[in-house]
Amino acid sequence: MRQEPVADEHWVDPAPFDPEEREGPLTAEQMRFSTASQWQLVWWRFRRHRLAMASLWFLALLYASTLVTEFLAPYGPHTRHAQFINAPPQRLQLFHEGRFVGPFVYGYGFRLDRATLRREYAPDPAKIQPLRFFCRGEPYRLLGLVPGDLHLVCPAERGTLFLLGTDRLGRDVLSRILYGARVSLTVGLVGIAVSFVLGIVLGGISGYYGGWTDNVVQRSIEVIRSFPTIPLWLSLSAAMPVTWDPLWVYFGITIILGLIDWTGLARAVRSKILSLREEEFAQAARLMGARPARIIGRHLVPSFTSHLIASATLSIPGMILGETALSFLGLGVRAPMVSWGVLLNEAQNVNVVALYPWLLFPVVPVVLVVLAFNFLGDGLRDAADPYAGR
Amino acid sequence: MLRYVVHRLFVMVPTLLAISIITFVIIQLPPGDFLSAHIAELQAQGEGVQQEKIEHLRQLYGLDQPMWIQYLRWLWGLLHGDLGWSFEYDRPVSEVIGDRVFLTFIVSFATVLFTWLIAFPIGVYSATHQYSWADHGLTFLGFLGLATPNFLLALVMLYFANVWFGTSIGGLVDPHYLDQPLSWAKFLSVLEHLWIPVVIIGTSGTAGMIRRLRANLLDELQKPYVVTARAKGCPPGRALVKYPLRMALNPFIADIGSLLPEFISGSALVSVVLSLPTTGPVLVRALQTQDMYLAGSFLMLEAFLVVIGVLVSDLLLAWLDPRIRFGGGQAR
Repeated sequence: MRQEPVADEHWVDPAPFDPEEREGPLTAEQMRFSTASQWQLVWWRFRRHRLAMASLWFLALLYASTLVTEFLAPYGPHTRHAQFINAPPQRLQLFHEGRFVGPFVYGYGFRLDRATLRREYAPDPAKIQPLRFFCRGEPYRLLGLVPGDLHLVCPAERGTLFLLGTDRLGRDVLSRILYGARVSLTVGLVGIAVSFVLGIVLGGISGYYGGWTDNVVQRSIEVIRSFPTIPLWLSLSAAMPVTWDPLWVYFGITIILGLIDWTGLARAVRSKILSLREEEFAQAARLMGARPARIIGRHLVPSFTSHLIASATLSIPGMILGETALSFLGLGVRAPMVSWGVLLNEAQNVNVVALYPWLLFPVVPVVLVVLAFNFLGDGLRDAADPYAGR
Repeated sequence: MLRYVVHRLFVMVPTLLAISIITFVIIQLPPGDFLSAHIAELQAQGEGVQQEKIEHLRQLYGLDQPMWIQYLRWLWGLLHGDLGWSFEYDRPVSEVIGDRVFLTFIVSFATVLFTWLIAFPIGVYSATHQYSWADHGLTFLGFLGLATPNFLLALVMLYFANVWFGTSIGGLVDPHYLDQPLSWAKFLSVLEHLWIPVVIIGTSGTAGMIRRLRANLLDELQKPYVVTARAKGCPPGRALVKYPLRMALNPFIADIGSLLPEFISGSALVSVVLSLPTTGPVLVRALQTQDMYLAGSFLMLEAFLVVIGVLVSDLLLAWLDPRIRFGGGQAR
């Protein structure tokens, strides 16, 4: 027990102060934690969320795969096999009649059904077609630039390899799904970039200035939100001229997706800024003569960037689904380009779905990617505020 | 309360005006108009064009006049219940739309009800049994419902209906009732078919609703007053229902505003797949053929439905929660 301070208010113990005296020295672990930057804390917290980590890896792998699609896909996206139209998937086998042969598929045997005039395929056990790995196959240009013909896996010489079947033009569904990932996965990213910029700028202005500016922005957000999204997307993409190049259409679609999505983000930004602009650090910046753009961009926005990233992650799946929906209806990405929605467009008809159910396979990556983004976003949201709770 | 209602109604007017302007701009965006496309098509087929009729229509709808006059004429017509002329169907838009808007409304409304019925018990259960296996399972199911695009679910259901029962589940009514006037039997038949699109469209919204209700209720359940109530020996059921549940109910009402646009847009796609007689398929077709007044009316009416939905939810909230009624309070 120390001696009570006497009358003087500013009594200070003359003995040197050692913070470690009572609590003992900080452990290395505590030290690391207390000196970590905010982003490190976010990362540590995020890492504990296993599902989110798994999703992150999954998505990272998928995005990386879009860089080398040509290498991964056994066929090109437009290669037609006139002999194998609407062929069912070939099962990957390892054993032939109890004997191990390594990975192979049975070739197709087919006959014409006289009644329905349809070709019926069945695996032909006589045709064993072992797969080849790291093989020379169909030539391609990697990302449209680097020529090459090396593939991860190829069909046997004169054999076929349609692990997910073929469509009505005899194109390999698996290869097309791999190529479709390029458009489907990037649509969300470009769209979110558009919506991010619009959301931060408009939400920031509206929250910072308040008054009639705020009113105008808020009312326009309300108006935009009263349109049901898909009809609005439909109308806007119908407005794109038919003469446009598919690449332009693709950018048009992403911009449309972003143009409608920013409202949610703008609202989030606005409410954050409303509460932050009265904080001391914002006031200090203002008193020191910083201009609004600097205060918003340098002081206010960085303090909730992690939240923004989390909510952006959560709105990417909506965009991916949006693109899929538009292309499914034939108003989205156009034919020479391949996206998951374009592939599903083939499966619009019930009869097609009943006869050739493998055309529905592109649903699987759509659902997986959307799920992964949702889990990732959830994890990010939980980790976004590392100083809260514990 | 009356003041609040009047105020809300007054605010609606500029919103609707802005919506009408945006709608008009959107339907004007595609280059050319339906008539020029139509004429080109007819000429390509080597058919004669009814010049007088085209001219008549051009003048009737002022297609040769500047944009803003066209807009004013369209708006004036809207206010008088004249939705314009569908070039594609060669009939007034209101005739083409007729039942479809009504059916869209029925489907959307039924979906909202369905969502509530499903989300409420599940949400309460997962909040009170947090981290139990049922909570995890239901949460995962919810995520799955969120991730599966509705129209794909519709396709898959069509597929299984075809495989298992050998029937098509499309449409909203049995084929033999199609041209009959509304009767009790037809109504029952509609009910029989209604649940399929309702379930399909409802899945995505239900998931979100469950998660929101769960989060809200969890927040509420940790508050000191609940702890006090339980510490004093209040039975758990009563400690849940008396106040926390009431507080957690607000998002249910507030969500009508955001669920309606979601369901209407969800139904647009699902109804294309299931070929329902709602607005979706006609809208898509109208957009493809540049049948501008038809497309515009759909957009306008759907946005109108949403605005009405938001109004209803705001009024309900105000009725439920005096903090909002007396101003100052935030609805959401």
